[in-house]
Amino acid sequence: MNEAGKTPLIDLRNIYKIYYMGEEEVRANDGINLAICEGEFVAIVGKSGSGKSTLMNIIGALDVPTDGEYYLAGNDVSDMSDNELAEIRNSRIGFVFQQYNLLPKLNLLENVELPLLYAGMDTWERRERALESLERVGLKEKWRSFPSQLSGGQQQRVSIARALAGNPSLILADEPTGALDSRTGRDVLDFLKKLNWEGNTIVMITHDSSIALEAERVVRIYDGKINFDGDVKEYAAII
Amino acid sequence: MLQSFKMALKSIWGNKMRSFLTMLGIIIGVASVIILVSIVNGYMSYMVESFTSMGVNRITVRYTALPSRSIDVDEFYEFYGENAELFEQMTPNVQVSVTVKHDSDSMDATTVGGYSEEYLDIMGYQIEYGRNLLYSDMASRQKTAVVGAYVATELYGSSENALGEEIKLNGDSYTIVGVAERQTENASDFDDGCTDDFVWIPYSRAVKMSRNAVINNYIFTSSDISRTEECTTAIKDFLYGKMKNSNLYSVTAMSSLMDSLNEQIAMMSMMLGGIAGISLLVAGVGVMNIMLVSVTERTREIGIRKALGAKRRVILQQFVIEAAVTSTIGGMIGIVFGAAACTGIGALMGISAPPTLTAVVVSFSVSVGIGLIFGYMPASRAARLNPIDALRSD
Repeated sequence: MNEAGKTPLIDLRNIYKIYYMGEEEVRANDGINLAICEGEFVAIVGKSGSGKSTLMNIIGALDVPTDGEYYLAGNDVSDMSDNELAEIRNSRIGFVFQQYNLLPKLNLLENVELPLLYAGMDTWERRERALESLERVGLKEKWRSFPSQLSGGQQQRVSIARALAGNPSLILADEPTGALDSRTGRDVLDFLKKLNWEGNTIVMITHDSSIALEAERVVRIYDGKINFDGDVKEYAAII
Repeated sequence: MLQSFKMALKSIWGNKMRSFLTMLGIIIGVASVIILVSIVNGYMSYMVESFTSMGVNRITVRYTALPSRSIDVDEFYEFYGENAELFEQMTPNVQVSVTVKHDSDSMDATTVGGYSEEYLDIMGYQIEYGRNLLYSDMASRQKTAVVGAYVATELYGSSENALGEEIKLNGDSYTIVGVAERQTENASDFDDGCTDDFVWIPYSRAVKMSRNAVINNYIFTSSDISRTEECTTAIKDFLYGKMKNSNLYSVTAMSSLMDSLNEQIAMMSMMLGGIAGISLLVAGVGVMNIMLVSVTERTREIGIRKALGAKRRVILQQFVIEAAVTSTIGGMIGIVFGAAACTGIGALMGISAPPTLTAVVVSFSVSVGIGLIFGYMPASRAARLNPIDALRSD
């Protein structure tokens, strides 16, 4: 909810992302305006091909828009260089992926340390922060284990710990429950809610409306445009 | 940086088989450079050594006397005396063809020659029994002889028995005053015409026997190999002064033969080194290939790392260091193998072929350099990967 007088954490203004497939022009994002404030829990929902993944890449500073402006915590991300994007991802965004995306040859501690390593933190502080983060997801004792020794739900918790370690402004979750069964998926959603309660801003991308209902605010993308943006109760009423 | 090294080692260790195969190319490349260069070097020093024992400092002089112009032995000795600092030894060389006999036994292939007392040193032989020819033998044209071990054994049963015996050269009786130490090592070489099948007599006697008035052949040795050039020039000046015609004499230094030999060996060394160098290059292509595979295989990993904030430089560093570490380890193993192998092969060939420092340094730095250069291309490709595409790959 964009309250007047307060700078939003995410401020998307007239975002276009256009791809060319041969002669054909594909407008993945077709003029998107969206503002998300600190402390919100927003679900971005849409069918596959709706442009929600493109939007996530832009919000996550993995990609820059063809046209439009994107301010993340006041920084203009829309025309940053590769290295500047890497820096802003590292300092501002914690990613939670559908496939967890943990590095199989590193143990849990090393996996969680990774963003801190790229931030240039020294060894001891890194280790302390990573262990702290693992403790938050209840996996501190297992820090020596490798991802393959954990269940899917545990792996997703490690990836949440990794996202939290850098103390980011935004947690960006891409189909966080997509690879999990409904019960462990439930646990992960509860955990994200808890993090939101503690004050973290969360943006969750999903194709599943029932999962979107767990958020506070829902944004629906259709054909590259926002065709619904409102409170979760309003959203529940229209589906 | 330290982190990158740790990561590189971890990744190499994590893919033992692949890393080993990559290294194998470098190991073989480095080892073969070291082996080839060291063996050629060992062989070269062996050749030089055996040439030296044959007398590289030897200069042979041959001239043709004219009825109107000739040079006396005494004039040669005078010249030799005047240039004492240039020369080590000198001897006239008078070859005669005679029959060698004792009682009814005769020798067919024996070389008979007349020399000065310095010939023994020029040849590098030792007297085993009795004495060498003496200056007094020359002066008084004594019928004395020094014989080789083969002549002594064939005619008198043994070297010891031959001492003091008579030997008949064209019917003239000579007294054997000395027997030289045996030169041939193998029993099978101890035969007619071998290096032990000779009779040396004073040159003054040999001249009489050959019925020539003048001595046409001389052997000089230089005091130092480096002064051989100076020596030949001095001899040529002397001969020209006497004969006034450079077609009437020839002066040949053994060392000039050796120069051309050295040249050939150096060329061979370069050629073999080049061939081994090609194998190093192939090893480099191997490194590149494996690194490219590694990048493709780890696209997802690169995507994750980039999403979490790894900059291009960091990814580039990671892969370049990995390539460099792989080729460095390979290079070190190659040095160990190469050094062991060339020492072993050297021993097998009966020559001393220690690994040369140059070969080790050059092959090692080339292998590391190749690792860096060929590792850079895949690394920069990895660094430029788009994180979105990289994350999407499986």
